[in-house]
Amino acid sequence: MQTEGKSRKLLRIHRDDNVLIVVAPIRPGDREILDGHEVVFTQNIAIGHKVAVRDIETGEKIFKCGVPIGSAKERIPAGSHIHLHNLKSDYIATYTLDKDHVFVK
Amino acid sequence: MSSSSNVLPLQGFLRSDGRKGIRNCIVVAYLVECAHHVAREIVDAFRGQPVHLIGFGGCYPNAYADRMMNTLCTHPNVGGALLLSLGCESFNRHRLAEHIAKTGRPVETVVIQQTGGTRKSIDSGKVWVERALQQIAEVPRAPLHVNELVVGTVCGGSDATSGISANPAVGRAFDLLVRQGAVTIFEETGEMIGLEDAMSTRAITPELGHELKTSVEKAAHYYKQMGHASFAPGNAEGGLTTIEEKSIGAYCKSGDSPISGLIKPGDVPRNGGLYLLDVVPDGEPRFGFPNINDNAEIAELIACGSHVILFTTGRGSVVGSAISPVIKICANPETYERMSDDMDINAGKILRLEASVDEVGDEIYRKVLDVASGTQSCSESLGHQEFVLTYKSFEPIGPACLPG
Repeated sequence: MQTEGKSRKLLRIHRDDNVLIVVAPIRPGDREILDGHEVVFTQNIAIGHKVAVRDIETGEKIFKCGVPIGSAKERIPAGSHIHLHNLKSDYIATYTLDKDHVFVK
Repeated sequence: MSSSSNVLPLQGFLRSDGRKGIRNCIVVAYLVECAHHVAREIVDAFRGQPVHLIGFGGCYPNAYADRMMNTLCTHPNVGGALLLSLGCESFNRHRLAEHIAKTGRPVETVVIQQTGGTRKSIDSGKVWVERALQQIAEVPRAPLHVNELVVGTVCGGSDATSGISANPAVGRAFDLLVRQGAVTIFEETGEMIGLEDAMSTRAITPELGHELKTSVEKAAHYYKQMGHASFAPGNAEGGLTTIEEKSIGAYCKSGDSPISGLIKPGDVPRNGGLYLLDVVPDGEPRFGFPNINDNAEIAELIACGSHVILFTTGRGSVVGSAISPVIKICANPETYERMSDDMDINAGKILRLEASVDEVGDEIYRKVLDVASGTQSCSESLGHQEFVLTYKSFEPIGPACLPG
């Protein structure tokens, strides 16, 4: 099994990945062993989202399915939610809608 | 483990060009929509027997459709062909019949206007198919090895689970197949935007890398002309962040092997390895969307020699295909439970952490060998034989595309 420890919530897809995929909702207080170290989650993270499997330095490539999907905008500690706030495309900026439904970069 | 074995228990159907089929069917091919009904009536009379309906509906000539029909009618899974012509369409039925005859396959053309209309054409077609089925039962058999297989992949009815369960598992199966010397083919360049640099580094030559990159840029341009946006705000809610991440879903079906070539519909790779099929037409858009549905892509993968198609789905597609069996790999565990009759592989197990990506990849590999050995896939046993072919235009591939 390619899961981290006895995790029932996190999926590793590829050996080169530095992210894990959330397959069951993460709740504050959940504990997981990532890369041999225990991480206590402090926030909700939804299914389909990603967490860092280890500490990731600013500018480091983020790998999912063995493929680079962008770079870290800041230092990302192990267990952190990886999303648009700390990951940027190396290809083209991602535009999305903020809570007022305005396009933001 | 079966993945270490290179000899299948199956005897393939040996064709005159040396290729071997895993099926032995008669295709009944209409050469214009006006002959479609007659062709279907003939096929319907052979329900449960290996008689498949294919065809091209257009009345105006098209070099791509012509090439597709020529390669499909001489596919290794095809034992013989009955051509249905109205009589006044532009399709060059003479050249197609000659091409099929040169391969030693039985071929017959029924021209409806000359034969005396619908009923007489149906009757005459049925008599021919009856005889041809007996004839192709005599086709010589020869041992079939994994390194003689061609396997294509496509996704359809995708959802958020496709990219994290079924598609990476197909990538693992592709790696196993390539290691055994098989040809594997992936496509969907229009859904790989942002990954062209990553993909080009996997090419076996820098020149091929350039071609791969160019093919994705061509797709980006084409889809832009079609008015397609690449990243929708809804994607981010599902956990996707960048265009690269969104594109992984389609891309990761290719696995980790080096990329041996870039082909276009109708090009049949000669050497084992992983190939990218460029399905996006060349030049400015002339006939609309590159492929109007999943079956248009499946037909192109088959025209490149695919014996079998690995079809990943999250929401739950049910389609099969004429000529080559389609194996369904279901990404979403809930869809699998709801539609299990249609699904060959439950990749949703990965999301429930009941199996790893590697384990499901191995299961897909073994299923390919099983289907190649004659076992029917789910869509096959349910009678699915969808087929569609439309207008497109392509330039031939350049010399850098097949360095092997």
